[in-house]
Amino acid sequence: MAADQASSGRTPGTAAGPGGTAATGRLAGVAPEPGVRKPDPLLVMDQVTRSFGGITAVRVGHLEVQRGTITALIGPNGAGKTTLFNVVSGFDRAAGGRWWFDGHPLTGRPAHRVARRGLVRTFQLTRTLARLTVLENLKLAATGQRGERLLPALLPPLWRGQERQIEERADEMLERFRLGPLRDDHAGTLSGGQRKLLELARALMARPVMVLLDEPVAGVNPALTQSLLGHITELRDEGLTVCFVEHDMDVVMGISDWVAVMADGRLVAEGPPHTIGRNPAVVDAYLGRRHDEPEATEEE
Amino acid sequence: MDISVIVSDALRSGIGPIAAVYALAAMGLNLHFGYTGLLNFGQVGFMLVGGYGLAVTVATWGGPLWLGILAGLASAVVLALLLGLPTLRLRADYLAITTIAAGETLRLFYRSSWAEPVTGGVFGLQRFANEFYALSPIPRGTYGVWLVRFSARDLWVLTVGWTLVAVTGVLLALLVRSPWGRVVRAIREDETAARSLGKNVYACKMQSLVIGGVIGAAAGMLQAIQVQSVNPDSFDPAVTFFLYTLLVLGGAGRILGPVVGSVLFWFVLTFLDSALRQAIDAGYVSPELISTSEVGAVRFALVGLALILLVTFRPQGILGSRKEMLLSGR
Ligand SMILES: Nc1ncnc2c1ncn2[C@@H]1O[C@H](COP(=O)(O)OP(=O)(O)OP(=O)(O)O)[C@@H](O)[C@H]1O
Ligand SMILES: [Mg+2]
Repeated sequence: MAADQASSGRTPGTAAGPGGTAATGRLAGVAPEPGVRKPDPLLVMDQVTRSFGGITAVRVGHLEVQRGTITALIGPNGAGKTTLFNVVSGFDRAAGGRWWFDGHPLTGRPAHRVARRGLVRTFQLTRTLARLTVLENLKLAATGQRGERLLPALLPPLWRGQERQIEERADEMLERFRLGPLRDDHAGTLSGGQRKLLELARALMARPVMVLLDEPVAGVNPALTQSLLGHITELRDEGLTVCFVEHDMDVVMGISDWVAVMADGRLVAEGPPHTIGRNPAVVDAYLGRRHDEPEATEEE
Repeated sequence: MDISVIVSDALRSGIGPIAAVYALAAMGLNLHFGYTGLLNFGQVGFMLVGGYGLAVTVATWGGPLWLGILAGLASAVVLALLLGLPTLRLRADYLAITTIAAGETLRLFYRSSWAEPVTGGVFGLQRFANEFYALSPIPRGTYGVWLVRFSARDLWVLTVGWTLVAVTGVLLALLVRSPWGRVVRAIREDETAARSLGKNVYACKMQSLVIGGVIGAAAGMLQAIQVQSVNPDSFDPAVTFFLYTLLVLGGAGRILGPVVGSVLFWFVLTFLDSALRQAIDAGYVSPELISTSEVGAVRFALVGLALILLVTFRPQGILGSRKEMLLSGR
């Protein structure tokens, strides 16, 4: 049903995202239909379902995320966005379905293996490591650390050099996210917005191929949001693939190259950002299927 | 009433072999609880398998001391794996339940008549540490300064004991300050976040459980050696709770926390004990109020009171930071 409505949408996607890079340009010919195939998909999900007791929180038929783009995942509260992230990143067990990352099957993989493959996620409710310093939070995220193995850990000369490089990179990241002054504070002392920043910076420290960001700018002040979005687009231009959940439509319109819409666990629409607002399936999703009726009664 | 006797008793206990045993066992527990956030309520079980591993190898099977030590350490590794494999993937409370049950089950098993041919049952095993005392370079006699005097035998045990504490402290300090330690502390804070960054949380928790357990086993062996005997009932569940008491007292998540905690715990406990006895003898306390035979129970009641005051006024312990303790990740 939803698919039919979406494919009958008037404006087929013609423009690339705001970045207009080579990768995003390749979305130009992709039809704005839910479940549409992409030319170079990095993350592919197929028939993913997850239910809690009676309710089916997620039942996504098919969804592909194009490599090197920023894809926004939107939908009303309770649509199943976070649950989909949880399943794909290995934090939740799917009832059915399969998913691949960069050609490798990820179905049923534990979370730390998903992350090591280069698919790193952040959380809607931030998970900062309170009694570690901001710097330690970042350093933790670096991958392939020799000193994380038990026996080398006892011999600092084996990992001190690497540790120094990691610290340099962490300091750059702190500058980038304006967390420099908080470097040696415990992360538990940070404000809500600062925690969001720290979590994003921490995810990037892992040098991911793709990030799944669950409401990355919720609670961050507007000026900082702008600079954050700037960073995200820059990272996309450097080749990072981004999929993010966001409720603020200005943010979605501002940076995404592609928008996927979920409602009631299903993928109801996909398309370039400027077409998505006119998509009847999306309007239905947000306002309820019979959205014109209450207005009529109000006029009485 | 002789103050110098009280102080002498308290000091001897505070730096004596038993304080070293408890400091060591609590260092293992500190790695579990203070650094990794593992709720191990059965540290006494590790002490038990350590002590018995040594005693059984030497006393029952006539093996050499070094083999007994290896057997004790190996038993701890096995116990940690048995406890960890089924529970470390689950929520933290499952490990707590399993360890408290395992500690008590082990004690009952080792004292059962079925196990008696090997473990000595309720009678335990004795005289298995002669080889250890033969190694002592300290000539017979008593040694000490000021009010504190030890026999050559006790001096040897406590020298080995505190050396072990120092070496373990250095190794643990190296570990927790390394990237491995950072992962472990991250797990304590929020294991979901650690997993999202590609850390193998399960493997790290298992490593921590094994290392802390092996340290507990070493403490159990030291205790067995000190009295030249093992008896199932000296590995009572209350031991684990004394370990938690002194760990919280000294400061969990601090390398020296268990050491400071153990010294202070035994100092205060013995001080109270000795002072009460002297007060009763001198007639300051009526024997009708507290008789000499009740002193043991009363001093623990006073320790309990001290613990309540500590948790109320200084929950972070002596070395901890209150500000840090109150932080949360959400
Ligand atoms: N652990 C859980 N147990 C039971 N039901 C759950 C659980 N997690 C999610 N749900 C249900 O699944 C549905 C989807 O939830 P989800 O958190 O994925 O929504 P969301 O799209 O992220 O919403 P929001 O925009 O508010 O974050 C909701 O109906 C929710 O009640
Ligand atoms: Mg959500």
